[in-house]
Amino acid sequence: MEIFWFIAIAIVLVMFFILDGYDFGAGIIHLFFAKKEKDKEVITKSAGLFWDSNEVWLVAAGGMLFMAFPTFYASVFSGFYLPLIIVLWLIIFRAIGLEFRGQFKYQMWKDIWDKSFGVSSLLLALFFGIALGNIVRGVNLGIVKTGVSAHEPHYFFLPLWDSSFSPLSENPGIIDWFTIIIGLISVVTLAIHGANWIILKTNASINNKLKSVIFKLNILLTLLTIFSIVVWQIVNPNSLDNFMNKPYLLVFPLIYFTGLLGTFFIRRIQKDSHAFLLSSLLILGGITSSLASLFPVLLPSINNVNPSLTIYNTTTSEYGLSVALVWGIIGFILLFGYMIIQKRLLKGKIDKMDYGH
Amino acid sequence: MEDMIFYDRLQFAFTITFHYIFPQLTMGLSLIIVFLKWKYLRSNVEKYNNAAKFLMKIFAINFTMGVVTGIPMEFQFGTNWAKFSELTGGIIGQTLAMEGMFSFFLESSFLALFIFGEKLMGQKLHFLTGFLVFLGSWASGWFILATNAWMQHPVGYEILENGKFVLNNFGALFSNPWLLPAFLHNQMASVVTSSFVVAAIGAFYVLRNKQVEYGKLFLKIGVIFGLVSSLLVAFPTGDWNAKNVAKYQPAAFAAMEGIFETENAGAEIVLIGQPNMVDKKLDNKIAVPNILSFLTYQDWHKQIPGMDQFKEEELPDNIPALYYSYHIMVGLGTIFIGVMFLALFFLWRRKLYNLKPLLWLIMFLVPFPYIANITGWYVAELGRQPYLVYGLLKTSDGISPTVSSGNTLFTLLGFVALYMLLGLLFLVLVGKTINEGPKPKTH
Ligand code: HDD
Ligand code: HEM
Ligand code: HEM
Repeated sequence: MEIFWFIAIAIVLVMFFILDGYDFGAGIIHLFFAKKEKDKEVITKSAGLFWDSNEVWLVAAGGMLFMAFPTFYASVFSGFYLPLIIVLWLIIFRAIGLEFRGQFKYQMWKDIWDKSFGVSSLLLALFFGIALGNIVRGVNLGIVKTGVSAHEPHYFFLPLWDSSFSPLSENPGIIDWFTIIIGLISVVTLAIHGANWIILKTNASINNKLKSVIFKLNILLTLLTIFSIVVWQIVNPNSLDNFMNKPYLLVFPLIYFTGLLGTFFIRRIQKDSHAFLLSSLLILGGITSSLASLFPVLLPSINNVNPSLTIYNTTTSEYGLSVALVWGIIGFILLFGYMIIQKRLLKGKIDKMDYGH
Repeated sequence: MEDMIFYDRLQFAFTITFHYIFPQLTMGLSLIIVFLKWKYLRSNVEKYNNAAKFLMKIFAINFTMGVVTGIPMEFQFGTNWAKFSELTGGIIGQTLAMEGMFSFFLESSFLALFIFGEKLMGQKLHFLTGFLVFLGSWASGWFILATNAWMQHPVGYEILENGKFVLNNFGALFSNPWLLPAFLHNQMASVVTSSFVVAAIGAFYVLRNKQVEYGKLFLKIGVIFGLVSSLLVAFPTGDWNAKNVAKYQPAAFAAMEGIFETENAGAEIVLIGQPNMVDKKLDNKIAVPNILSFLTYQDWHKQIPGMDQFKEEELPDNIPALYYSYHIMVGLGTIFIGVMFLALFFLWRRKLYNLKPLLWLIMFLVPFPYIANITGWYVAELGRQPYLVYGLLKTSDGISPTVSSGNTLFTLLGFVALYMLLGLLFLVLVGKTINEGPKPKTH
């Protein structure tokens, strides 16, 4: 039952990053490449029509974690207190940027909200990557100092950074050189994904240029990926054990590399939706590979006093999980139903849709 | 430790109060918009559709504010109330996760379609998407109130040795006797807010002599919905809630009614008076004997326990705030009924549109339903003190053990600054929308 909920939450998270990922990415592209008013407007629209329904996947993931693994939810949300609240603020800035840009015609008003949308998309992509980096690196559970826990074994608190910026220190901060690398991977991946989305949904004048941007970003992504796998060995020497013991898990990295290699052919791909699919594979593969390497651990402990948090020691009663299974399945069916209806009604390029006033 | 709890509570109170300004209008207004769309479908009179489209613009701005201030709420359980989340997540996580699954998705998937998609679909489909948005927002209220009801009156749980609450009866979460009355009351209260807002927009247009056709329509709808919902909010739903509090939280009941001493022959109802916490009595009291016993138990002489019957640590920790909140809510409710009744009377006599003083009054009453809603929640939440889960888990045992008060203060200040900006934007944008008005531009 725990495994079922673990998989369900993983699916919801992946959906969140694929769906909201494209509008984060659109924000990053918007920030760096959109110069003409028409392009800015249409890119904002391609994100603005969808961000709300995409963000609900995050809310759902939060709710499901709360229900299925309450101890994990409590530990991680209070432990990563500051970055989480900052993420919330960024989400607010991004959303009002998208929604309020079109309300007035003054150039200055639009400029403010364009920046608000672009910068917060960029920072959010970075922060989400850093968060993933923190999870795979692990934290000092129980806040152990010289062998003694200062708190209950499943609580911790991380500062934003610690002066050494090293993942190997006794009490690493949120931001260190390892998590920054994962953060950059996330920014680059989502930028590629967002560019694909813009090409797919709009007739922006920069669409042709974006293909070569994607190509360059993909080279960068390949380098970063290789580098991160190497340094991951330093940070956590056991990171590949799961893949050795259960070779079928290798399918997840395989998905990632399919996406990575495929994207190199961006200029030859005929259908825009295929390119979008490839960047979705990148996200799917990246997240599932990280989770698979940890499983069944949810948050590794970096001290040897307190055990890691796993899906088994953070969960609730069997009864609770199984009734939730019933409504969960109904919920998922409805959800995918809505999504299909929504995407069909809003299919094709959206340049001509109404948006704002 | 003390100031840790203080800042956590302050942050929760501040962010939820601000959040709740928006959902109450979302829920009520979606009902009125669906009603207008339905009128349009039936009558094919363009006016109804334009009115609905205009209200939708306000709705959209309001909805965005509700969403962005709501996401922090969901996360705050974990960030600021980690111990509470750890212990009760297995139960209230159910209702919160269901809220996401069954209502937020419904609302948000169809909202963009409803707002921007009229041209893509026929009128019937457009009505349907509007209806689904309405359904989603009311379902959201249902699940959130189920969560709150469990905290007010826990049911269907079992406590493990390690202190964790786990669910042992799923159905009980929704047949909780606290839930239905609270839900109905809350929903009616949100219809009150939106009726007042719609009526005030109407009064504004009529007084300014612009968009008069729509002004009259809004006034009419606002007044009719307003009177019906104001009546329903007081009776039966408000009354039903009060009976529940008397039954399940007698200490909170004594505090909100301002009963310091138990009267054996039946309790009086206090109309005016200031709680004096030093002498444990009400100053300058005006009260009517025996009414409270009758209202609560239909028995003039039934004894109702006063605050003297409870231990200090079982009583809510801020009795004056609780008492005033309750009296403000009920007082405003009475005023709403009066004003809406008058307005309906003059509407029927066809005099309302020319009765300037009443129109001005309607316009200036807009903030008050918001105040009534928020003080209503303060009654519920302050009355629940000193517990987080009534009778079982103290508020002081629920906070995050590793988050220091310095950090909470920092984020609280951040929220205050950010929400001031949001509030300002909201007012500017809604003001602009109202100024533009519903009349379609003639090219
Ligand atoms: C327009 C707003 C409004 C108005 C006019 C009223 N209320 Fe109310 N009241 C609320 C808005 C509200 C609320 C915000 O909706 C609350 C908070 C929680 C809830 O479910 O409803 C609430 C809570 C609430 C509670 C507390 C329940 C608890 O502790 O959870 C009681 C006893 C009443 N109400 C009773 C009344 C009575 C007797 C009214 C008679 C006029 C009344 N209310 C008018
Ligand atoms: C159904 C949804 C709600 C839930 C689950 C909920 C839950 C909570 C929690 C966990 C706290 C912090 C702990 C505490 O102080 O007891 C709290 C406090 C508070 N809430 Fe609510 N709340 C809800 C709705 C509301 C609304 C809509 C309002 C007002 C508009 C409100 C007003 C307050 C206030 C003022 C406090 C601080 C009380 C105090 O600490 O003295 N709540 N609530
Ligand atoms: C502490 C309690 C609360 C939490 C955790 C919470 C959570 C949320 C979240 C996460 C959203 C955004 C959903 C989205 O992304 O679409 C939201 C919006 C909403 N909430 Fe709350 N909320 C709380 C209190 C309330 C209360 C008391 C009500 C009303 C009874 C309410 C009704 C709504 C509605 C109708 C929306 C839809 C969006 C809008 O406001 O316009 N919420 N809430």
